[in-house]
This record gives sequence, structure tokens and C-alpha cells, in this order.
Amino acid sequence: MIEKVGNRKHCYKKITERRLFMPLVCLFIVLLANVIKTPDFFKVSINNGVLYGYTIDILNRGSELIILSIGMTLVTAASGGQDISVGAVMAVAAAVCCQILSGGAVTTNTFENPLIIAILAAFTVSILCGMFNGFLVARLHIQPMVATLILYTAGRGIAQLITKGQITYIRVDNYKILGGYIGSCPVPTPIFAAIMTVIIVFLVIKNTALGLYIECVGINGSASRLVGLNSAMLKFLTYIICSLLAGVAGIVASSRIYSADANNIGLNLEMDAILAVALGGNILSGGKFSLAGSVIGAITIQALTTTLYAMKVSADQLPVYKAIVVIVIVILQSPIFKKYAAGLVSKRAAEGIEGAN
Amino acid sequence: MKRRVFFSIMVVCLIATLTACKAKSDSTVGTDVSNSSGDLIKVGFSQVGAESDWRTANSESMKKTFSEENGYELIFDDAQQKQENQIAAIRNFIQQDVDYIVLAPVTETGWDTVLQEAKDAGIPVIIVDRMVNVSDEGLYTAWVGSNFELEGKKAAAWLDAYLKAAGKGEDSINIVDIQGTIGASAQIGRTAGLEAGVNEHSNWTLLVKTTGEFTQAKGQEVMESLLKQYGDKIDVVYCENDNEAFGAIDAIEAAGYKVGLDGDMIVMSFDSTNAGLTDTLSGKISLNTECNPLHGTRVEEIIKTLEKGETPDKKKYVEEEIFSFDNSVPSVTVDGTDYTVTQVTQEVIDSRAY
Repeated sequence: MIEKVGNRKHCYKKITERRLFMPLVCLFIVLLANVIKTPDFFKVSINNGVLYGYTIDILNRGSELIILSIGMTLVTAASGGQDISVGAVMAVAAAVCCQILSGGAVTTNTFENPLIIAILAAFTVSILCGMFNGFLVARLHIQPMVATLILYTAGRGIAQLITKGQITYIRVDNYKILGGYIGSCPVPTPIFAAIMTVIIVFLVIKNTALGLYIECVGINGSASRLVGLNSAMLKFLTYIICSLLAGVAGIVASSRIYSADANNIGLNLEMDAILAVALGGNILSGGKFSLAGSVIGAITIQALTTTLYAMKVSADQLPVYKAIVVIVIVILQSPIFKKYAAGLVSKRAAEGIEGAN
Repeated sequence: MKRRVFFSIMVVCLIATLTACKAKSDSTVGTDVSNSSGDLIKVGFSQVGAESDWRTANSESMKKTFSEENGYELIFDDAQQKQENQIAAIRNFIQQDVDYIVLAPVTETGWDTVLQEAKDAGIPVIIVDRMVNVSDEGLYTAWVGSNFELEGKKAAAWLDAYLKAAGKGEDSINIVDIQGTIGASAQIGRTAGLEAGVNEHSNWTLLVKTTGEFTQAKGQEVMESLLKQYGDKIDVVYCENDNEAFGAIDAIEAAGYKVGLDGDMIVMSFDSTNAGLTDTLSGKISLNTECNPLHGTRVEEIIKTLEKGETPDKKKYVEEEIFSFDNSVPSVTVDGTDYTVTQVTQEVIDSRAY
């Protein structure tokens, strides 16, 4: 994740023009604030046999967001729009998984059905949700935000219907593994889930032409179709991947609290995922994308939340501070500001550029 | 051909989703109206939803009390957490000319118009659980619900009595408060109860209060962070509902501390749901103060008073118990009244309705 930019040959401009430069700077600023305010922020110790520290919290708590932001990046790149139903799909997947495991009961101490069946069923339902979204966007050419708004509003209702309006509890130790720890492994499992997802998607994108195709479709759908790419199919596919990843995130979130809380799982997480994509330096209108950027964006958002907790900001005031920091970060990344900053530093034709702004 | 198959699959998916939505809206107006003889007392009950065990127990209590055997005809409406559904339900009740309307409001404000309509129709309205905030108190006949501040005070009084019994009455005690959703009446009352307790004791320190939004996930996340800030300085974790307590306990145990009276931290909780009391029995939650959902009998008392032509009390609190892991504190005193503390046993849990 931390990219080494220290190549002596590269001059200042080459470094600053790299895609991941600004996202990394933003993450760095957030972390820097901690060095000053909370000196032991980066202290990681082994406590009770597991890794313990704020940095571990960031990665652990940010896992769902990282998984979501990967899917969101692909959807954004291919369709030039966002899938705002991911939070609701998380709730649906969690509801399906827990309801199958409990065999319809409100709380259970043993698995009524095998775990693998429950997880596969949850993935199937997530894929169905993705197919629905993808169909509306790719086939019927409905604006992505509007198309996914349907599941955004209906999804939690469906999840409520599945759980009969109750919180379904699965009080089985095996179910807590995904949101907790594997045996005596000191690293929280959600971190593995996030890393695995990133690696799998990254390998698929790099080893096949899928990544290139997605960028083509995002840049110009009609032109891609004329050169022989099935743009509708590609868009459709990204929505399926996005919803499937939302399903994975939903099961991780559900495993953390060993229950399906249809009202609260993934609540408002879709907005954080979109923000992660934007913070990662991706253009929200589609085209070229960077998975690494989105992952950095997701970590930045979670780092911000954890930082504010560490600075003793009350949880209910968190959104205000978050908004302020986000405004600053977005301004830092805006093209106009970048141009302005570049002009100031190089002092070359500074007057002209400032005049233009 | 391939395209056509694909298209038809998509249409099926679309229809399936739409019917799912429809099924949802159908259940919204799931009233079970049965036209029966005129000597039954007709009661319309607009319930918030079925979001928790507590709420389900509340609905069950109403259904059980207002059964046909008891001489009532209950029209039950589930509003699925939406105020507009509740307003529509009340207007329906007025049209069906019910004798009494019982309302469990989802929010405190915005009831003036529809309650005025009920008043104009001459139907008494009884509010349960949450309060309504209306310009004219005369718009509703009576209110039945929990005294949240008393719940908080009871918990604080227990802590005081327990510490004295354990010989730690003079030790300095650090408390963290994981609050409910800010602004909810349960949060305001329970926080106020704790703060009153902290002000009475110079050796009690309220390290921090922060919201866990009444959910397990948030309770866990907040507690993780608090543990890193204060570590073993924390003596008491005051969670404002059972769900937050579950999350906090998970976080505390993951960090290697032990919860319980003989452990590193004492966890206190509210609501006394079945799951919450199970944790109280195992000693993870040391004290669980009840939030009684069984409003049915109290509402019936009010209706009987009204039937006799008398005026009932405007506000009526339900009786609420206190459950603890051990029996070191037999009772607590708040504002001059004694309240018994029950030691949790499996029989106590089994005998409860929720």
C-alpha cells in the first residue's frame, strides 16, 4: 500500500503528478495529526494474544469499507455512476445468512443449516441484487443513482421481511470467526478478508483484459461497442461484482456482532464507499480507475474516524469533524487547486496561473 | 435468442423484486378487522414496528390484554417505523369509529393535527412508551410508559450500595457512559440518572460519555477506542441498553480484560431482554435494570376508569424491576422509595414473557 516514491531520478513534478500522490498525502496528513495529538497512536502491542493498537483498529474496522470501495471503483469506472444500494445489499446478505443459520428462529446456539450453504445463499441473493441493478443500468439505460435508489430504499425493507423485523442472533463461536480471530492468529480476520478481496480482484483485472475493457466502456461506451466490446455486458458484470462484494462485507459485518441487524448493518456505508473512490483520485464520471487509490481512500476515511475517537471527539459529533476534513481533502485534490499549488511551488509563470484562478 | 433469454431472466428478477416491495407494503396495512357484535370495546392500536424483542413483547402484551375473551376488539396496526403510516392508521381508526385509540408514537413531534381530529371525533387517545410533544396537553387522555430517569437513578443507587457492601465505598471509581441515540428519551433519562449519581459522590469520576446509538456494532467500536484511551483505569461501563452492552463486553474481552464483579470492569445495562438477562446470569452484566414493555394491563386500567366515567391519571409509569448477578445488595432506595433487587436465576429468565 505504501508506495515508494523516492526515486532520485524523478524530479518534484514527476512525483506530484503520480496518480497516488495526493491520496497518499491525504492519508499522511491524517496520520500526522495523530503523531502530534496522540503520541502512542502507532504503538502496536500484543495484548491477550492478539495485536492491539489504533493502527490495527483502522485496518480492522475499515475492512468492510475497503471491500465495498473495490466494487464501487469498478462500477464507477464502467458506468460513470455509483451504486448506492451497497449498504442495503449488505443488510440483505446478512439477513439471508443469519436466517438460514438459525433455521427461522430469532436466536440460536447451534447451526441449523451448514455455514457454507448459508454463505452461498447470501452470495446468490447479493448477485441477484447486482443483476437487478445491472439490468436497470446496462439494459434500460437508467441513471445509476436512480436505478440503485430502488434497492437503496427497498433493500432494508426486504431484509426486515426476511428477519421478520427482528434481530436474528447466531450465538455460535464458529460464526464469530470471520469478524473476530481465527484460532490463535493475532491478526483480526476482517483484515484477511479485505486483503484477499483486493488481491483477487487485482489479479483478475491485471491478468485479463477486463480492467482495460472496463476503462474503455467508461471512457466511451459507444466507441467500445463499435470496436467489438459488449459494453452492456461489461457494465452488467461490474454491478454484479459490486453487489457480490457488498454481500461479503455484509457477512463480515454480521459476523462481528454475530447477528443480522437489518436496520443498522451497512447504514450510510454507501456514502463512505463513494467518498473512498473519490479520495482515491478516481474520476466519478467513469473511465480510468485505480484500485490502490480507492483502498487508500477507504483507509483514510477509517483513519479519520479512529483518529477522532482517539482525540476524544464524541461519536455523535463525528460527522461534523469528518465533513470539515473531507472538504479540505477534496479541495486539495481538485484540479484547480493542484494547478494553483504547482504554480506556486515552481514559481514559474506564477502570476499568470493565479490570475486565471 | 441468447439475448431474449437474458432479457426474460431480467424481467423475472424485476418482477420478483417489485412483488417483494408489494408484500412489504401489504403488511403495512395488516389490520385484522373482524366485524363483530357491538358490545365489545373497540380499541385501535398503532404500534411503531417490530424492531426489537422489547417491541414484540410490547405488541404481545397489548394483543393478550385486549382479546375477545376479555371483551375487547383490537385493531392492530404495524407502522414499520414510519410516522405517516401511524397518522394514516389513526385516521382509519377514526373512520371505523373505535372507542379508544392507543398510540405508541415513533417520534415525539408532529401529532397535533391528527390528535385534534381524534378529539373532534370524541375518541380518547392513550399514548404508550414514548411521549408526544403537542401544543395542547388535552389532545391526549393519558400516557403510560417508563420512567427512564428513575431507571438511571436505580442503577446508580445499586452501584453505590454494591461498592459500600464490597468495602470499596471510598475508592475512586472511574465510569464510562456509552449513551443511547442522542435525544431519545431513554438516553436523556438514563444519562441524567447516572449524572445525578456521579454528582452525589466525590470519588466517582465520569471519564467520558459517548454515544453507541443503541446498537451492538457501535457499542463495540466505541468501547474498543475507550479501552485504548483509558485502559484499566475504567472501573464501570454504563451501557444504556443491552445491545450496547453485548458489543462493549466483546470489546473488553477481546482486549484481555475480565468483565464482572470480580473482574476488571463492571458492566451495567438496561432493558433486561432475555439475552441481556442470560448475560446477567453468567455474570458478564453485573446489573440489568428493566424497561418494562408490558403496557397492556396499565392501558386496560385506564380504559376501565374511563368506562366508569372517571378521570384517569394523566401520566402513569409502569413498574420496573432490577436484576443483578449476585445478592450482595437486597434493595436500593431512590428518593425515599425502596426497590427490591432480584438475583437472576434460570427460573427468573424462563418465567418472563420476553
